[in-house]
Amino acid sequence: MTTTAKKPLPRTSRKRTGRSTEEKVFGVIKWASIVFFMIITIFPLVYMIGVSFKPISELFRNPGSFLPSWNDVSSMETYREVLRPTDQGGQGFLLFLRNSALVGLATTAVTVFLAILAAYAAARLRFAGAKLVTWVILIVYLFPAVVIAIPLFVLFSKIGIRNSLYGLIIVYIAQTIPVALYMLRSYFQTVPAELEEAGLVDGLSRIGVLRRITIPLAAPAIAAVALYVFMIAWNEFLFALLFLTESRDLWTLPLGVQQLDNTEVPKTLLMAGSVIITMPVVVLFFLAERFLTEGLTAGGVKG
Amino acid sequence: MTSDTATKRRPPTLAQREARLGWALILPASLVVLVLVLFPLLWNISMSFQRIRLIELQTFNFLDFSDASLKNYERVISVADFWGTLRTTILYALMGTILSIGLGMWAALISQKPFRGRSLVRGFMLFPYVAPVIAVTFVWSLMLNPTFGVINEWLRNLGFQQVDFLNRENFVLNLFGWEVTLPLALTMVILFEAWRYFPFAFLFIMARLQALPASLDEAAMVDGATMTQKFRYVTLPQLRGVLSVLFLLRFIWTFNKFDDIFLLTGGAAGTEVIPVAIVEFLRARADLGSAAALSILLAIILALLMLVYFKWFYTEEA
Repeated sequence: MTTTAKKPLPRTSRKRTGRSTEEKVFGVIKWASIVFFMIITIFPLVYMIGVSFKPISELFRNPGSFLPSWNDVSSMETYREVLRPTDQGGQGFLLFLRNSALVGLATTAVTVFLAILAAYAAARLRFAGAKLVTWVILIVYLFPAVVIAIPLFVLFSKIGIRNSLYGLIIVYIAQTIPVALYMLRSYFQTVPAELEEAGLVDGLSRIGVLRRITIPLAAPAIAAVALYVFMIAWNEFLFALLFLTESRDLWTLPLGVQQLDNTEVPKTLLMAGSVIITMPVVVLFFLAERFLTEGLTAGGVKG
Repeated sequence: MTSDTATKRRPPTLAQREARLGWALILPASLVVLVLVLFPLLWNISMSFQRIRLIELQTFNFLDFSDASLKNYERVISVADFWGTLRTTILYALMGTILSIGLGMWAALISQKPFRGRSLVRGFMLFPYVAPVIAVTFVWSLMLNPTFGVINEWLRNLGFQQVDFLNRENFVLNLFGWEVTLPLALTMVILFEAWRYFPFAFLFIMARLQALPASLDEAAMVDGATMTQKFRYVTLPQLRGVLSVLFLLRFIWTFNKFDDIFLLTGGAAGTEVIPVAIVEFLRARADLGSAAALSILLAIILALLMLVYFKWFYTEEA
C-alpha cells in the first residue's frame, strides 16, 4: 500500500480487492449450490418417472439404470396394469382416481364457499364475535390431526358414515376451512374499502357487494385457495387410512398407492402409482405457481 | 309476533344489521369446525379415562364414567417405550425443523439476486413440498432400497457395502479411528424432513428478503462490509422475525407428523414417534382409550414446549 495525501483512496482500493476475492468464492459456491439444489429436487422426480416405465426384471438386473427404453415407454405396460380394474387382474387405480377427484372437488367446493362467507365477515364487518371466532379457528389450524382422529373414528363409526366418502369429505372440509379462511381474510383486507362503499352507496346490499365487487376482485386469490384445498384433500393419507382401509371400492389414491407397497406387487408398479398421484398436483401447481407462492406465504399452509 | 309489536320496535341500526349479517356469514364455517374439531377434542379427553376396545365400540356407553381411571395413561407410559418415543419425537421435530429452515435459507440466499433461469430453478425447488407425501416417501424408500435401489448400486460401484438405510437402527462410523454410532434410520427420516420442507422455509425467507430495504445493504457496502459481514450484521437480524415464525410452525407440524415416518419406516428401527404410536394403539392393539390418552399427552407436551419457546426464544418481527 502506498501512502498518499488522499487518505480514503488507498483504504477503499484495498477493501475492493479483498471483496472481489470473496465475491469470486461466493460466486462459485452459489453456482455449486444451485446445481446441488437442482440435483436433490429433480433427481427423485426423474427417477420416479424413469423407473415407473420399466419392467421389474430390468430393475433387478441393473438397479443403477433408471432410464427406460423406448419400448417400455411406448407400451405403458406398468400404467395399464395399475389402472386396470382388479377383476381384470389390474390394481384398480381408475376407480381410486375417480374417488380422489370426487373427494377433492366436493371438499374444495364446500370449503371455498363457507370460507368466503366467513372470511368476508371477519375482514369487513364489525361485530363482537369476529375476532373471537377467527382466533378459535386459527388455534384449530395449529392443532394436531392425530388428536381428533380417534374421536372422529368413534363418532363416524357410531353414526355409520365411517365407511363412506361422505365421512372423508366432511373431515377434509373441517380440516381445510381454517387455512382457507385465514388466506382469504388477509386477501379481502387488501381489497380497497372505498370500492365496496361505493357499491353500498349505489344501493347494493352487503351480499350484493360481496358477490359483485369483492369476489371478482379476489378471483385470483380464491383460485389459489381452491387449488390448495384441492391439493390437501388429494394428498391426505391419515384419515383415509383410518376410515377406509377395509373398503377397497372407496379407496382414494393415497390409500391405493400405499397398498401397492407390499412384496407381491413389483416396485415399478408402485412408482407408476406414485406418478399417477403426483402429476395432477404438480401440473396444477406449475400452472398457477405465482398465485400459489404468494398465497402460501400469506397463509402459512400446513404440511 | 303481532304487527303491533313489530311496528313499536325500532328498526335495527346499521351496526346491528351488520353484526347480525356477520354472525350469519361466519356461523356455518364455525359450526363445522366446532362440531368436527373442538367437540372431538373435548370428547378425546373424556375417552382417555375410559377403557374402550375397538370390538365393543357399538355397545359401549360413552356416558358411563363409573370405571373412569388413569389406567390408560399408566398403560401408555409403561407398555410402550414412552420416554424413548418422546425423545425420538423431540429429536426428529427439532432436527427436522432446523435442517429444513437452514436448507431453505441457503436456497433463498443463492436465488436472491436474479440470474438466468431463476424462475425455473425456483419452480423445481418447490417440487418436494408440492408432491404428495405418499409418492415422495416411496421414491425415497425405493432409491434407498438395499438390493435394487439406485443409491446402494452407486455405493457398491464405489466399493462400499450396501446399507439398509431405512431399516437399520444404528450405524457405526469409523472416522479416523473414532467410532461414532449414528442412528441411521432416524437420520434418514430427518434428512427426508429437511428435503421435503425446505421449500416452505425457502418461500417465507425469500418473501422477507425481497421486502428488505436496499438502503441498509448499500450503506453497509459503502462502509466496506464484506459479504459475510453484511449477512451477519445486516441481513440476518432482519430475518429474525420470519425465522421465529418459521421455527414455530415447522416445529409444531413436524412434532405432530404421522405420514412421513409411517410411510418411510413404519416406526421401526428407532424411528417410532408419538403420532405413529397413537395410530398403532388404534390399529394394532385396537385400544381406543389408550390411543386417546397418548394423543392427549402429545397435545400437553406440545403445549409445554410452546410455552418454553414463547418465554425464552420467541422474538417478534423487528
